[in-house]
Amino acid sequence: MRSSLSVPRPSQPLSTLPRPGSGSADSASPPHNQAYIQIQDFSFYYSASKVLHELNLDLPARQVTAFIGPSGCGKSTLLRSLNRMNDLVDGIRHTGDILIDGHSIYDPLLEVIALRKRIGMVFQKSNPFPKSIYENVIYSLRVAGRNKKSELDEVVERSLKSSALWDEVKDRLGESAFGLSGGQQQRLCIARAIANSPEILLMDEPCSALDPIATAKIEELIQSLREQFTIVIVTHNMQQAARVSDRTAFFYLGKLIEYSATRDLFTNPSNPQTEAYVSGRFG
Amino acid sequence: MKKADYNSRNFKPAGESWVWVTSMGLAVGVTMITFLLGMILYNGLEVFWPKPVVRIEVKPGSQAGIKTAPTFAGEIVKSQTKRTAVLDSDGSPLPEQREFQLFVGNKDVYGFSYKYIDREEIAAMDYPADIIVAERLEYGDAIFIPRQLKLGDGTIVPANADAFFPTLDRVTEQGRARREAIRQIEREEIGTVNHEIEEIRLRRRALEAKSNFAGNTAEMLADFEARATLLQSRYDVLAAEAKQLRSEQRTVELTYVTIDGAETTLPAGDILGYYFPNQLTFFSKLGLFAHQFWTFLSDEPREANTEGGIFPAIFGTFVMTLLMSVVVTPFGVLAAIYLREYARQGFLVRSVRIAVNNLAGVPSIVFGVFGLGFFVYVVGGSIDQLFFSLSLPSPTFGTGGVLWAALTLALMTVPVVIVATEEALAAVSRGTREGSLACGASKWQTIQRIVLPASLPGILTGLILAMARGAGEVAPLMLVGVVKLAPTLPLDTIYPFVHLERKFMHLGFHIYDLGFQSPDSEAAKPMVFATTFLLILLVVMLNLGAIVIRHRLRKKYRVSTF
Repeated sequence: MRSSLSVPRPSQPLSTLPRPGSGSADSASPPHNQAYIQIQDFSFYYSASKVLHELNLDLPARQVTAFIGPSGCGKSTLLRSLNRMNDLVDGIRHTGDILIDGHSIYDPLLEVIALRKRIGMVFQKSNPFPKSIYENVIYSLRVAGRNKKSELDEVVERSLKSSALWDEVKDRLGESAFGLSGGQQQRLCIARAIANSPEILLMDEPCSALDPIATAKIEELIQSLREQFTIVIVTHNMQQAARVSDRTAFFYLGKLIEYSATRDLFTNPSNPQTEAYVSGRFG
Repeated sequence: MKKADYNSRNFKPAGESWVWVTSMGLAVGVTMITFLLGMILYNGLEVFWPKPVVRIEVKPGSQAGIKTAPTFAGEIVKSQTKRTAVLDSDGSPLPEQREFQLFVGNKDVYGFSYKYIDREEIAAMDYPADIIVAERLEYGDAIFIPRQLKLGDGTIVPANADAFFPTLDRVTEQGRARREAIRQIEREEIGTVNHEIEEIRLRRRALEAKSNFAGNTAEMLADFEARATLLQSRYDVLAAEAKQLRSEQRTVELTYVTIDGAETTLPAGDILGYYFPNQLTFFSKLGLFAHQFWTFLSDEPREANTEGGIFPAIFGTFVMTLLMSVVVTPFGVLAAIYLREYARQGFLVRSVRIAVNNLAGVPSIVFGVFGLGFFVYVVGGSIDQLFFSLSLPSPTFGTGGVLWAALTLALMTVPVVIVATEEALAAVSRGTREGSLACGASKWQTIQRIVLPASLPGILTGLILAMARGAGEVAPLMLVGVVKLAPTLPLDTIYPFVHLERKFMHLGFHIYDLGFQSPDSEAAKPMVFATTFLLILLVVMLNLGAIVIRHRLRKKYRVSTF
């Protein structure tokens, strides 16, 4: 499986962003074109209620960052803000800013579609399209107008191999995606999310509807994808956060309580609330 | 304590005893539908089942026979208790009186083709084997015993000769071939010539209208004149050919006696077919049934629609319904997409939605009036002014036609499609939409590639309902293009092949016309049932087609399950 990761990535869609002088990027950002997410004073409101309170955190490139916290703490809202998925909801507004690779995602010159092309997303409930497995994987290429058969074939193989699904479905790529099991569907959704070579992969509780075996497979997959993508994962499962992530952010009631390296956060939390949560005393 | 008492006594589950009311509702509905379909099926198909012909001898001195003759024959179509006084003058009950209704045929001889006879009046009944029922071009069936056949060269073949029936079969076949040839000449060839003559007339008119400007007008006019003369001579040749064939149809004559004793002569070319009703086995009856049913499906109507087939009506209904579906689907689906996906949900959209739903409840005749006023007069009239001004004052599109009928019905059924589509669109999960948007698809791409395919089965359900309603509608069609008898079909071999401006026949209107406008309601009754049966069959088949497609799609886009 590792060998498939060495396939060169065909394009760098970063060029879709307006790109001022090179000096503007944070000095900590890696030299290559990897995204580096900076959340700056970010607050978010659903109508009148404020669900995120002045969040400030930086997510490093090519690492797995886990968002943990009890239900309703705003971690999913923050995740969905990263690719502006919340735009679809009526009556929302925000203050502060989110920068990816030094550029605001709320830049009026930036087309939201271009943003989403750079960010793959995997949802809580697997949501394959009513299409064949093949068409599901290359959907993001199709909507981008890329229809070259040889390229599509290559992308399908690479993505399905990356999501550890290739061996199971390579003989039935033309069949409906609904014929797959729940775990396979979720891995198909991951293949779909990484097909267009995004820089960032957002995962919103990707294993919450899966059994332990399927969960183990997805976690293994996250481990293998971390070298290529900047991964942000929301999870309710503390063990999962501990297993897969490099850094962990703990949210409570819309506030960032603690954000540090995963090992530190779980073994030596500096905040008593964090300690209570990770040790299972509340939440 | 009291409460416990109450509970222990009350074993009856509250409300459950009323479940039977709901099942009653269903049972009544199912019974009614089964009965309705069963009755139409039976009556509609029974028409084509050959019945034996009974010879009846009336009692001496009875006036119940035909024209004082003591015997006559016919097919018994009904046997019923006579509705007269049940008590004698002194108050004692009378014996039950039964009467038969017979189809006696021979309308040319009798002046009627159905007759009632009291059971009391009948002295004897039998089923002679040599009686023939023959279908004719005019006056419906004849019921007779043959006497002789007079051939074109004057030879007479008597009915008891061995050669009689082979000869009769041969002349019947020749007659059929000649009818086909006449039809070919009159419909196809003369139709084409007429079409060309009309075209030249129109072009001449166009030329005359601007004759002041063109230089070689006279030359062209002469050219037209020459071509018109040529066409006219071709027409004359064809017409003479048809006339010749028609007269040949009358050279062989069949002489026969009806059962009451009258002798009649019939040109053999008028015979469509014959059979011996009292010699049929079950399988020959079955064959005859299939043949008659097929003739009914594939033939054109004759004799004020009471005889022959109803092919033009089936075809007209089919074309109109298909055209309506083609118009209503994109129209309704686009409207629903805007309403559900793009429009800001608020007071205005709610009002529009209510208005659309109410549109479905507007009486159909209102749509007919609108179609006549808007489509036929305004749109059709304008088209005539712009493109067909030469043939004015005779209208081309400015009169009822299959296109206007389809558009009117599309307008009538569009609410059904909108409502069904909206529901189907709403049923596509938010997760699926978000998945598509997260892949970098625009909203329109999401709708086009994900939402619409997923909601296709629901959209088809709406279309099925719309087709079922549209195909059975009669009232608005009477205003916008349906006719009792259309000489031509909306599709034919004359350029441009599809003639959407033409008037057409429709099964629903055909039923109305047969049942209520026919001069002979008894003769029309079987046709009414058969046509009704076919209308139901056509609607069922159209729906079945849509259901099969929907089933395929559902299998393809099966809903995700864990």
